[in-house]
Amino acid sequence: MEYPPEYRYTREHEWIRIDGDVATVGITHHAQDQLGDVVFVEFPEVGTKLQAEGAFGAVESVKAVSDIYSPISGDVTQVNAELEDAPERVNEDPHGAGWLIRMTVYDTGELDGLLTAQQYAEYVAAETGG
Amino acid sequence: MVAFGGWDMPVQYSGIVREHKAVRTGVGLFDISHMGEIEVRGPQSVDLIDSICSNRAASLRDGQAQYSGLLNPGGGFVDDLLVHRLAADRYFLCVNAANQEADFRWFCANNRFEAEVEFASDRYAQLAIQGPMALTVASRLTDLDLAAMRYYWFAHGDFAGAPSMVARTGYTGEDGFEVYLPPSSAERAWHAILDAGAPESILPCGLGARNTLRLEAAMSLYGHEIDAQTTPYEAGLGWIVKLAKARFCGRDALARQKAEGVARKIAGFQMTARGIARDGYRVMAGGEAIGHVTSASPAPHLGKNIGLCMLPVGYCGIGQPIAIEIRGRNVAAKIVPTPFYRRKRH
Repeated sequence: MEYPPEYRYTREHEWIRIDGDVATVGITHHAQDQLGDVVFVEFPEVGTKLQAEGAFGAVESVKAVSDIYSPISGDVTQVNAELEDAPERVNEDPHGAGWLIRMTVYDTGELDGLLTAQQYAEYVAAETGG
Repeated sequence: MVAFGGWDMPVQYSGIVREHKAVRTGVGLFDISHMGEIEVRGPQSVDLIDSICSNRAASLRDGQAQYSGLLNPGGGFVDDLLVHRLAADRYFLCVNAANQEADFRWFCANNRFEAEVEFASDRYAQLAIQGPMALTVASRLTDLDLAAMRYYWFAHGDFAGAPSMVARTGYTGEDGFEVYLPPSSAERAWHAILDAGAPESILPCGLGARNTLRLEAAMSLYGHEIDAQTTPYEAGLGWIVKLAKARFCGRDALARQKAEGVARKIAGFQMTARGIARDGYRVMAGGEAIGHVTSASPAPHLGKNIGLCMLPVGYCGIGQPIAIEIRGRNVAAKIVPTPFYRRKRH
């Protein structure tokens, strides 16, 4: 699986993309693959102040619930309401149309602590034993 | 793969939703070789079985199977099981993987009947073919007259090239067959069944779909709806209790409970607000915890979020509003009739 090189990644399997002063957050291809068919996404309220590594919602498959953690600190500005009726987007296009939330960025320095695409790919490979 | 009762088993092959729907509308194949088998032999086999099981094995005929409860003295479940009568002096029991050693010990401990009790799990693999197209597919693999086989009956014969016992039983709420065969033949039989079912787009199905299918059909799972502290009456399984038969383990407790009525029981619920209940979540009413969710999941065929829970009987009326505590929030649900899904019978 190709992980977009311009994104940053967490060890909890979220990705973050920065466009100017807005960040978009989702879960990785590996995360959706592990979860299986996503059937429900629980979003935070717009305006919620998120702390880096704080849980802000959940992605649920038929079998399991997975908490989602914010890669950085910021305020939620938008949630992907399309997923309420089409949660399968998370499976179909996890790095694109299956994005979860948009948020402001307090401190771009927090991005330095996250994994690059290559580091994340190696992390997943090590975690899955191959 | 997940560890399950000492077995590594796939939760899914191609996806739980896809596998679940295949079984509801076509046919699916499950490897359930983890299930345990115990054989009981001897002229008083039936007396041993009927002394610790709640249903009446003595009413079985050769080639017939019965769902039953293996009970402790308090009337709770040591396990739930299928009792198959091979002959008047030979019975074949299919039990849960996680309980098989305890079951075997319980049979041995109660064996005042000079019966021969054999722990036979190592001699059997088990494959389940389930779904409305199961008969069509299974019939291609054997000379046995499966169409004439009634529900909860079985026969021995060659199946998919293996000497097998084929039972018209299942754990999905659909028609289908459970095939007991030698482990050495299982892999070849698995592939032969998949090949035979290709025209019907048969799908291999994992533990995930097995669980969602049995939940839609509101069938009990040991460790969830039933356990050592739960009686058949509380689990809604009063039909497997035959109080009229001679003494059996747990009978006194059950007779008392039947006379007094149960204080709590298993009820089905459906989420009415957005949210998915999960096993172990608390059931709330009026701000108080009144019980717990025993099994819950999105129901792929029904397209609803459903579950079973253990509640005081006063909260079990159909339509009763309850709430499920999901990550600290109370999400609305209501009590609904079970089973959630019932197949159309021809």
